[in-house]
Amino acid sequence: MSILVVENLSISFNQYTESLKQKNVNVISSLNVTLEEGEILAVVGASGSGKSLLAHAILGILPNNANISGTISYDGEILTAARQASLRGTEIALIPQSVNYLDPLMRVGNQVRNSVKVGDAVAAQRKVFERLRLKSGVENMYPFQLSGGMARRTLLSTAIVSGAKVIIADEPTPGLDPVVIKEALENFREFADNGCAVMLITHDIESALTIADKIAVFYAGTTVEIAPVENFNGDGEALRHPYSKALWRALPQNEFIPIPGSQPRPNNLPSGCLFAPRCPIATLECELAQPEMRELRNGRVRCIHAT
Amino acid sequence: MYMDMVGRQQTTLPTGNGVNNVRKNIGVKISKFLLMKGLRMLTLLFAICLISFLLIKNSPIDPIQAYVGADMIKVSPEQREKIAEYWGLDQPVMVQFFSWLSALLSGDLGTSMIFRRPVSEIIGERFWNSLVLMLTAWILSGVIGFVMGVVSAMKKDTWIDRIIKWYCYTLASTPTFWMGLLMLIVFAVWLGWFPIGLGVPTGVLAEDVTLADRLQHLILPAMTLSILGVANVALHTRQKLIDVLASDYVLFARARGERGFLLFWRHGLRNVALPAITLQFAAFSELFGGAVLAEQVFSYPGLGQATVEAGLRGDVPLLLGLVLFSTIFVFAGNLIADMIYYVVDPRTRESRTI
Repeated sequence: MSILVVENLSISFNQYTESLKQKNVNVISSLNVTLEEGEILAVVGASGSGKSLLAHAILGILPNNANISGTISYDGEILTAARQASLRGTEIALIPQSVNYLDPLMRVGNQVRNSVKVGDAVAAQRKVFERLRLKSGVENMYPFQLSGGMARRTLLSTAIVSGAKVIIADEPTPGLDPVVIKEALENFREFADNGCAVMLITHDIESALTIADKIAVFYAGTTVEIAPVENFNGDGEALRHPYSKALWRALPQNEFIPIPGSQPRPNNLPSGCLFAPRCPIATLECELAQPEMRELRNGRVRCIHAT
Repeated sequence: MYMDMVGRQQTTLPTGNGVNNVRKNIGVKISKFLLMKGLRMLTLLFAICLISFLLIKNSPIDPIQAYVGADMIKVSPEQREKIAEYWGLDQPVMVQFFSWLSALLSGDLGTSMIFRRPVSEIIGERFWNSLVLMLTAWILSGVIGFVMGVVSAMKKDTWIDRIIKWYCYTLASTPTFWMGLLMLIVFAVWLGWFPIGLGVPTGVLAEDVTLADRLQHLILPAMTLSILGVANVALHTRQKLIDVLASDYVLFARARGERGFLLFWRHGLRNVALPAITLQFAAFSELFGGAVLAEQVFSYPGLGQATVEAGLRGDVPLLLGLVLFSTIFVFAGNLIADMIYYVVDPRTRESRTI
């Protein structure tokens, strides 16, 4: 069952440019993703493709100058700002990427206890620390005293104790050694196996493939394809969108061939398909309008030529 | 690799022996810190002594004329020379300096020429008056400024933030003496709520002066200093809290459902209080400078007024004594600021080599 549905989400920011003129910069346009209970959806894409903003939009913690359109529904109901405020930290939890997201002047045990919404906070925190093999002394430490792995597990504990049904992990793997990455990924799998929906935002496609059920590929602030994980195989012939194929082929362990050009900047987007300027199979038709997301072979794609 | 990581974790755990070691380390660190600061204090004082002595020596103040005063016409050149010889004024400058320094080290600051009393006695007496004034202003401006900064940052870009900002910018560019004059005009002259200047009522015997009298004379100068002092703390606190609210850890706290006062209480206050306290202690020098002007305007008998008197009337021993004393006072403020940061911030307190 779909617990979280994001439909045609667009996010733009009001920015002051030269001579105090306000400009609206579109950073996410018509984005669609769906989270299912018991599943891990990995969101992959290059930096600046709007991955973290999606997480912040779901939680309703975007800065004040952001304009949002489109709908986000949770458990079948539209998420309003008020509903987001009451779901934050109780039903939907964020796992941020680094120790910088912990208050530098507060003992980590207390920070985890603050996330406990029902029951005995201290007991819940000790239980989860024990489960994640964090020694009892860790609760009295400050964030600067934690090693990378300990920080990772502390951040994870905040999500576990909250009892949330939807977990959004924003770039949980960079800068960690392979053992810690593997452990973190296993923890996410455990969340999903316990019935949570997990959104794993990452640019580490390789790690994502080992545990995810579905992969959503982002390009320039939109989803170009949502595919089951099995499709990322061979030389990518099972994939639907030309960008996903190119991304797959560009990985070092595959053909390691980059495609020319770079992702368009938010203030200079093409009028039609966002990928058209770099697409090997683009036609005149692609430049007319942005293609709609459509169902195709048990996945979804935003390309008129995909088969 | 994994074993290596586990090993590292164990060494960082503050359990059993670890805690004692940490405590011992802190003790050693703090004594080393104090020793270094003490040395710095001594060298600073020596430099200040030398520079101010040389400055006074090269100033147009003639110590003999300052001592004798209006009777100078009656003093013949021979008598004058005798006085100079008696005081050692015919000796080379450095010899004079070291004889002054050795007297200083034995606790003799000399005798004030205006008051005809030992300098240390005058400073001691004036210091209490100033201390009450400065402490009141310091606490009031610190607390009010901090609250204003916090409110302003939490309500950023609303009307209340604009009013506080406008108030602070206006006050930051207001001279103390002008503010003092305004206060006098409004509250002492027009409204007549408070006395015009001085530390105690006139025409009353010293033993009959009550605490209420002293307080009544204290309020206006203290208010002047407090009103001006808030700008600094408020603007710094505002900026710091805005930075804190834009930080990753506050974003994460919001993602966990914290907001409003709870968010400020848990994450804002502790991250903002530390720089504010440090700033307030480090502002001792400005406080002293402000007090000099405020005391002058209100004819309040404190250190500041004594400094102006000593400077204007060429009272060299008193002026040098005051320079040294204010150096120690400002240095102590900065030292306390450093120590508070050192002891309160867990990042310096509990840091240890892993």
